[in-house]
Amino acid sequence: MKLTLNKFYVKDIQFAQKSAFADGILYVDKKELAEYLMEDPNIQSVDFDIARPGESVRIIPIKDVIQPRYKQSGTGQIFPGFVGDVETVGNGQTNVLEDCCVATSGKIVAFQEGIIDMCGLGATYNSFSKMNILVPLIYPVEGLDKHTHEATVRVAGLKTAAYMAKQTLNQNPDASETYEHESILEMGAKYKDLPKVVYVDMVQCQGLMHDTYVYGLNVKGILSTMIGPLEVLDGAIISGNCAAPGHKNATIHHECNPVIMELLKRHGKDLCFVGVLLNNESAMLTEKKRAAYYTSNLSQLLGADGMIITEEGGGNPETDLMLNCRFHEKKGIKTVLITDEYCGRDGASQGLADVTPEADAVVTNGNGNQFVVLPKMDRVIGDVETVKIITGGNANSIGQDGSLSVEIAAIMGSCCEMGYEHMTTRLR
Amino acid sequence: MAKTIESFGIPCVHICSIVPISEAVGANRILPATAIPYPTGDPNLPKDEEFKLRKKMVLRALNTLTVDIQKQTVF
Amino acid sequence: MKKIVHYLNQFYGQLGGEEKADLKPILKEGPVGPGMALAEVLGQEAAIAATVICGDNYFADHQDEALAEILDMIAPYEPDMVIAGPGFNAGRYGLACGAVCSAAKEKFHIPVLTALYPENPGAEMYHKPVYILKTAISATGMRKIIPVMGKFALKLLKGEEVGFPEEEGYIPQGYRVNVHTVQNGAERGVDMLVKKLRGEHFVTELPMPVFDRVPPAPPVKDLTKAKIAMVTSGGIVPKGNPDHIESANASRYGIYDITGLDDLTGDAFMTVHGGYDPVYATEDPDRVLPLDAMRQIEKEGGIGELYNYYYATVGNTTAVSSAKKFATEIAQDMLRKGIQAAILTSN
Repeated sequence: MKLTLNKFYVKDIQFAQKSAFADGILYVDKKELAEYLMEDPNIQSVDFDIARPGESVRIIPIKDVIQPRYKQSGTGQIFPGFVGDVETVGNGQTNVLEDCCVATSGKIVAFQEGIIDMCGLGATYNSFSKMNILVPLIYPVEGLDKHTHEATVRVAGLKTAAYMAKQTLNQNPDASETYEHESILEMGAKYKDLPKVVYVDMVQCQGLMHDTYVYGLNVKGILSTMIGPLEVLDGAIISGNCAAPGHKNATIHHECNPVIMELLKRHGKDLCFVGVLLNNESAMLTEKKRAAYYTSNLSQLLGADGMIITEEGGGNPETDLMLNCRFHEKKGIKTVLITDEYCGRDGASQGLADVTPEADAVVTNGNGNQFVVLPKMDRVIGDVETVKIITGGNANSIGQDGSLSVEIAAIMGSCCEMGYEHMTTRLR
Repeated sequence: MAKTIESFGIPCVHICSIVPISEAVGANRILPATAIPYPTGDPNLPKDEEFKLRKKMVLRALNTLTVDIQKQTVF
Repeated sequence: MKKIVHYLNQFYGQLGGEEKADLKPILKEGPVGPGMALAEVLGQEAAIAATVICGDNYFADHQDEALAEILDMIAPYEPDMVIAGPGFNAGRYGLACGAVCSAAKEKFHIPVLTALYPENPGAEMYHKPVYILKTAISATGMRKIIPVMGKFALKLLKGEEVGFPEEEGYIPQGYRVNVHTVQNGAERGVDMLVKKLRGEHFVTELPMPVFDRVPPAPPVKDLTKAKIAMVTSGGIVPKGNPDHIESANASRYGIYDITGLDDLTGDAFMTVHGGYDPVYATEDPDRVLPLDAMRQIEKEGGIGELYNYYYATVGNTTAVSSAKKFATEIAQDMLRKGIQAAILTSN
């Protein structure tokens, strides 16, 4: 299996009469894009805004962040099950808009939506602040139930991202990177002496704002399964999901899965990247156990020597994490866990809800309780009042001077448990 | 919280679905619940059956408060 | 030139051994004993203006008075810093060093410093509020620790940034802080796995926390006569969330009236917990706080009485220390109200 990512570096986004991508500038025809999105009768109205790196701009509330990608060639199309049909993806060529993303906003669906600041202290907590961002502000029709509202915003974001990347079709990319991933039997023969590593991607499925989709299928109720790493890069896994904005795995995190990228980079060098296993994070204990037993069994069937696992969310998913750790280690498969922690504003509390002694190799992506005061921004895209109810915010979050006092759990992706950002926690 | 309340001499039973977390944190009396969004309910049942399930669970929970335990117990 | 007052016990203060352990606090001008070596390291930047010497037994048996006397002796010097020890593994001395530093910090709002062997009970007790440099187990470590103490003291005096325990040599105080890194989390994770698979040394970024245990409380003898209360971390609150309990990392809890109420309904109650799908709890809050079942059991005589208020908070990423604080206050309220047992529901 071979996939080439064609990279187009975005220098700016501008609204124009006609959509196009030229000389690094993405031109967006608001009218045409709005018509495309409003093919969904559940959208009452949609507006668009642009945020650029370094601007004094705050975007809130944000439900999902998506990187614009569109397939130039190969089977299927980006975001299968939503934009693309359900045909298998992960081969051919995919065009990517780098330094660019979509952040969906508008009427808030529920608690767990986040903030992106384009400058100042808040901007240091995620990579999105360094990207050119198109914000679709989506307003649903009256009386829409929450589940449908969430689906509406989810799909609108994916369509927006696909629409943007589509503007690069048939153009020469600024750079290209090709990834190869052999069949398991082939790599087993080829890399006899390299340690076999499996990546367990835990995906949330606990109900509204806590769901993940694979080829359009909600992962609730699935048995742990395998997926090709290259398929993930074509948007086969989509976020319908929140947890806290600080550690939700947004669609962009799935598309750019940093564990997959790092394992692909080292595949054939100091490790043999066997593949990706999906393990859902259910709200019921029996299902958590079944998933962890099943996943660890798959790892054993695949002949894994080591396993790296990422989490989504915190609290009860730590049980999924620890069960997987214990069951794998008991089978002799060495584990590394990638997570984040909630150890209170002073960092003195126990940071994990569940523990197991076998978890001796853990990467942390930060303490989501860290309290920060974000400076006032000149412009807000969206509605800053929503900070009062989102995770990490509280009734007194908005200061008299326009500053925002929140825990970093409110900042999109600040503690992403796939290890997308550059932060850890150290003991003083 | 169950553990702290118990430390004051007030027996406290923890009804929760993710039992391993309660075990790890150290509640002494643990009763498994239905699921995270509805620990003492089940929307998949008709209303009257759901109430019966809830009452049964609560009775079991109350019963745990009368048991003389020496260590952490999942009921 | 910055001024330091140094605290020593009777032995290091050169006044005698165990036989002088009952000595009441004595004040001497300038440095004494190990203070002399310390003064040399401090050089021109700081001086030990005075030394307070106190017997280990006197301190241990009269802690409050001893501390008061010692602080009174220190006060007139208006020191920029107080240093105690080093105490190595001496238990009573270590506790005194920690206590003196902690009290001086609180009273004078100045930096304080001591140095102890990590297993000294004084280190166990005071490592959170006081910087405690790690020493060897016995006084043979004196030559090594003095320059470290002097250097670190100057850093604290100048208000310079204090590094991490690994770099500076103090016992970790127990606060985890976020720091930016060169590699992203995924890169660090794969590196760690490759090392682990090779059997090479690696350092976990998150050591597993240890949770304490409490002995079970005596059971309720007769439920039919007992007063029971309900508690929930599921965020069930009266509609409108009158106490503004946060959807995550709650900073408070509420106590809500259910007098005469037989059932929780979605128009009077709501959930504010941001960590689970609220749809089912909104339809019927009894699914999280089982009031209807409890009331029926009360009517049938299964319990003596259901307390007419319930306690609620949100358990979503709420810090363990917060939960402990709420539960302590709730338990104290329960004791006052004669509540004999409780049911806690969580998601």
